[in-house]
Amino acid sequence: MADEVVLLDYWLSPFGMRLRIALALKGIKYEHKEEDLTNKSPLLLQSNPVHKKIPVLIHNGKPVCESVVALQYIDEVWNDTAPLLPSDPYLKSQARFWADFVDKKIYGYGKALWTAKGEELEAVQKDHLDCIKLLEGELGDKPFFGGETIGLLDVTLLPFASWFSVYEKFGNLSLEAACPKFIAWLKRCFLIQSVSESLPAAEKLYDYVVQMKKKLGTE
Amino acid sequence: MADEVVLLDLYVSMYGMRVRLALAEKGVKYEYKEEDLRTKSQLLLQMNPVHKKIPVLIHNGKPICESLIIVQYIDEVWKDKAPLLPSDPYQRAQARFWADFIDKKLYDAGKKICTTKGEEQEAGKKEFIEILKVLEGELGDKPYFMGERFGFLDIALITFYSWFHAYETLGNFSIEAECPKLISWAKRCMQKESVSKSLADPKKVYEFLVVMYGL
Repeated sequence: MADEVVLLDYWLSPFGMRLRIALALKGIKYEHKEEDLTNKSPLLLQSNPVHKKIPVLIHNGKPVCESVVALQYIDEVWNDTAPLLPSDPYLKSQARFWADFVDKKIYGYGKALWTAKGEELEAVQKDHLDCIKLLEGELGDKPFFGGETIGLLDVTLLPFASWFSVYEKFGNLSLEAACPKFIAWLKRCFLIQSVSESLPAAEKLYDYVVQMKKKLGTE
Repeated sequence: MADEVVLLDLYVSMYGMRVRLALAEKGVKYEYKEEDLRTKSQLLLQMNPVHKKIPVLIHNGKPICESLIIVQYIDEVWKDKAPLLPSDPYQRAQARFWADFIDKKLYDAGKKICTTKGEEQEAGKKEFIEILKVLEGELGDKPYFMGERFGFLDIALITFYSWFHAYETLGNFSIEAECPKLISWAKRCMQKESVSKSLADPKKVYEFLVVMYGL
């Protein structure tokens, strides 16, 4: 019996992007359903009654919510190809720790980057940069956070990282100068089809931020 | 070669208790080190440089941080006894989802009860009870959250039970009156030796909070 996989998503959501990348890496066919977040579908409200948020992965009618939970589910079910987590328990715990770090820190600073101004913006940029440097330390000399191939941490971080060219245009920071290893990692990831096809084009992100800044008056 | 297991912890921390509980379930011997959070040890700062928080499990010199990540690590390393996570991927996803829900919501709602008064405190109490009611719904008529066996999700939540006395005293309300099924589940868990041994004395939790928040 064929698997029925549905993804309730929103084009801009970094959390949704994570699942798109994982599903593409594993070659899983799925139905992509774009949600209107101002008018959430009955399916979304039914599938995620607790948080009412996307992304939701629905596998043979059963919903899995929270992107890092869903990534691990995908990895455990479709375990014959492109493993996201290593088999060693210690390395697994490290991948989970850093994925949790990305969710706790990178997401918050990323959001603040385009709502803050002046001194506040400088402080956020510094914090954000400190986090990137920590991640660079974790990457070390490996091509990917997962080692020779993309893993959980790469997938968790990529959607935020793809915003970097946009941040550069708005901030006074040259990330290439400050975090060359990180930028090299990002470019390496974008050479992978499953990644580049799952993330919105930089121009689309840029246009979106321009619009948002106008709305918020933080140009 | 014997395993060397060290736990950097704080007696009253519900997060630390989760790790103690998992280690007790698996029968793992370890060295317990109580931290003073006002003067954190060199070892703690070295082992958790990113967050500088307890609990930290140090296994043969290698640190693992974040309580739920530690519990999963313990489950995977000492896998021949008392499995904590179910083997079915969908059930595992459900357990992880609800543990994440607890971590996102419960502590902050509880903190409001401890540190505010009047209308704000009432709002905190209402929020707290609502969260517990959602969890009660998830428990349903099962003896434990994942079914017949005590496991990961029970561990994630039961440690908060040691803080209920403090919340009830500071908030002047009864959790049992609002969520009898959940308290019944908690008492069932407390009958397990691993649980009663690993949870802090509720009176000591209350005393700690009084000092910490200057109440």
